[in-house]
Amino acid sequence: MTTAVSDTWFMTQRHLRNLFRQPAWILISLVQPVVWLLLYGALFRRIVEIPGFGAGSYIDFLTPGIVVMTCLFGAGWSGMGLIDDLNRGVVDRFLVSPASRGSLIAGRLVQGALVGMIQSAIIVVLGLLVGADYPGGIGGIVALTICAVLLGTGVGALSNGIALLSRREETMIAVSNFVLLPLTFLSSVFMAQTLMPGWMQSVAKYNPVDWAVQAGREGLASGPDWALVFSRMGWLLVFTVVCTWLATRAFRVYQKSI
Amino acid sequence: MDNAIEARGLVKTYRGDVRALDGVSLAAAPGTVFGLLGPNGAGKSTTVKILTTLSRPNAGEASVAGFDVVRQPAKVRLAIGAVAQKSGLDPQMTGRENLILQGRVYGMRGAALGSRAQELLDRFGLGDAAGRTVRTYSGGMQRKLDVAVGLMHRPQVLFLDEPTTGLDPEARVDMWHEIRRLAGEEGLTILLTTHYLEEADGLAHRLAIVDRGKVVATGTPDELKGELRGDAIAVDLEGEPLDGEVRRAIARVPELYDVAVEARALRARADNGARAVPAVLAALEAEGVKVASVTVSRPSLDDVYLRYAGRAFNEADKEAKT
Repeated sequence: MTTAVSDTWFMTQRHLRNLFRQPAWILISLVQPVVWLLLYGALFRRIVEIPGFGAGSYIDFLTPGIVVMTCLFGAGWSGMGLIDDLNRGVVDRFLVSPASRGSLIAGRLVQGALVGMIQSAIIVVLGLLVGADYPGGIGGIVALTICAVLLGTGVGALSNGIALLSRREETMIAVSNFVLLPLTFLSSVFMAQTLMPGWMQSVAKYNPVDWAVQAGREGLASGPDWALVFSRMGWLLVFTVVCTWLATRAFRVYQKSI
Repeated sequence: MDNAIEARGLVKTYRGDVRALDGVSLAAAPGTVFGLLGPNGAGKSTTVKILTTLSRPNAGEASVAGFDVVRQPAKVRLAIGAVAQKSGLDPQMTGRENLILQGRVYGMRGAALGSRAQELLDRFGLGDAAGRTVRTYSGGMQRKLDVAVGLMHRPQVLFLDEPTTGLDPEARVDMWHEIRRLAGEEGLTILLTTHYLEEADGLAHRLAIVDRGKVVATGTPDELKGELRGDAIAVDLEGEPLDGEVRRAIARVPELYDVAVEARALRARADNGARAVPAVLAALEAEGVKVASVTVSRPSLDDVYLRYAGRAFNEADKEAKT
């Protein structure tokens, strides 16, 4: 068990260091949420004037959505690095060593979680700068971050599972493009639930992205309904556990195919 | 003493009934270089994958460093170093970082970790490049670092899967020196796969020739070559002589055997090639067949392969690629 933890940390360090060696990645991952927040914030600013929207300021409404969306998209592409490792023989090199098998995926998930936390913090601060208000305070920010990171971990595990099964970047790109944006729009990231078409509301009920946004937004509101926050957090935890289990199944399939 | 590597009747089938291995058996004594020679797709890499615990056989058993590869994979992993055909290095990390990470997953820590990495970097002539990311390395440097990574935890048995494929001639000779030194001075048992005949001939103490998932011959390079009686004589003919003319000519030279007549060439063996050549030339001339060139050669592994696999090595290699 202790080797599993230390091996995971070695792999996490490796992925983090490699990320921070790519200035382009740092720049884009910093700039992208800014663009989303400012662009969508300006584009949909007057949406709150629609009767029944239920929020006073769109930037208040949007900020938790952008936090969740950033973690979702980061996680959705997590499998790309694994495909690279598979093609280069890096995974096989560690499978021949005593390295803990779980650490090969867990290292990527922990790295994703740490990066997700940093990004969430940046967006929250940025939201403040452009006028967002978080009456829920620190507790709400923590709840939002936990939900976004749980979602990211689950989606990251799925992404790595797909990488192990397909082993092709083209497949990964196609699946991510096909899934990520629709999942975002089938949630209340941009639009109040009550104003979505009926069928979309029904779909959103089963959408983990929506669970994370709802819980995060509720946490930041004044006088949060903590029962709602914790229930969504619980569902996200189940989602993450199931996805991680699926990823370990995919790993077995890969090992059998060698 | 027990064999460092032993395999009996290994069978591996992949999805779609592809039989990659069809009963491979081999044994390597400690401190020796064992060569696994065969064309692409013969089953060399699959054998290495099973012996290094990466892949499980469908049938048969194998042990490495005294441990069973299926029942005691954790013990095997600690005892072996493996350099796969695909490098397995992280190109975004420096040479030193790759070595350090490798050492860490084997449980090495602290000063011992750093000094072992430095020792290997110096020894493979990578000291100056240690702080550069591997993506900037040449093919030869990467391959050296691959081997260094495989040696990081001081294994007893080292697997090298086609260590010189894709290297330029200079880097290849460098690698050969290194392999000889490892087996000689450090007493490592090395299993080397290659599809270069001269590499197996020059490096391996014993070798197994594999073809289509089977070991077709095994022995020392000299034993294998010794089984072929006599020298090879190859005569290139001018023009397109009639088959009958060539055969009539050969019938006059009783020393020849294993004769093969092709459109513009004649191949045969003779116990003493140098003595048979004048008779062959005289006989061909008497039949009016013109000769372009004649070569006499001692048996090579190429001939051994031809004999056991029933086809020329280059042909088998091309076949696998198509």
